[in-house]
Amino acid sequence: MAERAEVSAARLEAPRLGLVDRIRAAAMRHEPIRGYALLSPTMVWMLVALAVPLAILVTLSFWTQNYLDFDRTFSFNNYIVYFEKPIYLKLLIKSVKISGAVTLATVLLAYPAAYFIAFKVKKNKLMWLILITVPFWTSYLLRVFAWKVVLGFNGVINSGLITLGVIDAPLEFILYNPTAVVITLAHAWAAFAILPIYVSLEKIDRSLLEAAADLGEGPIMSFLRVTLPLSMPGIIASSLLVFIPTTGDYVTPNLVGGPTGIMIGNIVASLFGKANNWPLGAATAVMSMFFITLVVCAFLWFTKQVRERVA
Amino acid sequence: MSASWTQKRDRFGGLGVYTVIYLAFIYGPVLVLPIFSFNDSIYVAFPLKGFTFQWYEDMINNPGMLAALMNSLKVGGTVAVLSTILGTLAAKAVTRYRMPGRGPVVGFIMLPLVIPEIIMGIALLVMASTGGIPLSLLTIGVGHMLLCVPFAMVIMISRLEGFDKSLEEAGLDLGETPWCVFWRVTFPLVLPGLVASLMLTFTISFDEFILAFFLAGTDVTLPVFIWSQLRFPQKLPGVLALGATILTVTFIMITFAEWFRQRGDQLRKVS
Repeated sequence: MAERAEVSAARLEAPRLGLVDRIRAAAMRHEPIRGYALLSPTMVWMLVALAVPLAILVTLSFWTQNYLDFDRTFSFNNYIVYFEKPIYLKLLIKSVKISGAVTLATVLLAYPAAYFIAFKVKKNKLMWLILITVPFWTSYLLRVFAWKVVLGFNGVINSGLITLGVIDAPLEFILYNPTAVVITLAHAWAAFAILPIYVSLEKIDRSLLEAAADLGEGPIMSFLRVTLPLSMPGIIASSLLVFIPTTGDYVTPNLVGGPTGIMIGNIVASLFGKANNWPLGAATAVMSMFFITLVVCAFLWFTKQVRERVA
Repeated sequence: MSASWTQKRDRFGGLGVYTVIYLAFIYGPVLVLPIFSFNDSIYVAFPLKGFTFQWYEDMINNPGMLAALMNSLKVGGTVAVLSTILGTLAAKAVTRYRMPGRGPVVGFIMLPLVIPEIIMGIALLVMASTGGIPLSLLTIGVGHMLLCVPFAMVIMISRLEGFDKSLEEAGLDLGETPWCVFWRVTFPLVLPGLVASLMLTFTISFDEFILAFFLAGTDVTLPVFIWSQLRFPQKLPGVLALGATILTVTFIMITFAEWFRQRGDQLRKVS
């Protein structure tokens, strides 16, 4: 009632106001308009800095590289090259495998720690959370570089083990291979995985666990049937937050991967650098995004199926 | 006495031990940089040779490093202020007003978090090149803002959610101008979030490498400078000293920012 009175009052006053004032008055009454007005600078920014560049990137993938500039006639050539030469798809599949292993390792390693902080820590929870999340904000490049120093031929592990007399010659298999990439990435993304899992565990209603215990479930069964399913949103979120960025990683394979640890990001970077074939690089990037999206959708579909079957 | 001991053991059972080992795994490799930055040898290997400040002296006397540091500070400062403004506006809009399409809008702004950085880097590079925009600190800043706005928005949303709008209305009813209400009511309430957002976005920009690597012209930021030094083995100790310094400074800043932000959130929950 009061609202209607307000509206009609405004309507009565309206003729006396100028057009600008009337638009302003209408906007003030209309919540979504005010919301979007407040949102517009950020949205415009995101369009200019994200949507437009991505659209140009897709367009570029249909052009062809002439020696120094681009031939702007539409063609599928880059995509034909992409599928004809086995290296691109092979590297993409390898990148997805490496990132999959990284995601699995990161989530498995993070879950118990998140569980501990959510359920066992009573005092100083904040301190534990800060302790675990702070390294995530420090330089990514330096953390990856640290692993190169740790795993290197004359690195910390090798020289340490030799000094201790455990080994005679440096272990060569620990650096410059896919395993080194997985270890380094699992370390670099650890903090990113732990937060979503912690949040989902923290949200769980403790009385559900008490109910499970009252109904005679053991701790393991009540974990499997109550805690784990309820923390699935956190597990899914952290899996995606780790999987998607690591698939396109450039720094880690470059520093610790060696010839066998190269990933798709290195190819894209070289096509935009030394190899100087931007359109093919753009096509490679577009195909990577497409493939990653497919994998993510398959993953979401799969987890949904599992959850429905369990429930 | 014995009760508290069993309690403690219960709390620090297998999971507690695991979490401590996990923390050691997170911090261990990072600690290698500061330790070896004082080691009197060009090789990063055990046994430690002797204590030296030489690498820090080299670091300070390197003009390339100082130029890169200044660039990073400039870019980081500007990016922090602008992305906090954009993040705050967006956060205010989605928390204050009921509007259709809120979910997709927030999702769109968060998109940069789930796009590999290399893709955003080349996309912006292509846009700059086709638009005839020369690569400079400005293009790096644009890339960094893309990454920082989502973080700023998330931080501000968590600060503004549950913000009691009747406080603002009371201010207006008592005859304050909207500008006064903003400074005397809204601003103090969101200040902890603003500080945390400024510090975190500054750090993200300061540490970011991939976007800067693709979008840098002749002026480089500190991480790009470090990357260029990694090719020369004899420069390694200098990189260790620089890395150790950066890690220490960001560590202190971030600890403060996180403490500030999360304490603010907890205090509000209690009240």
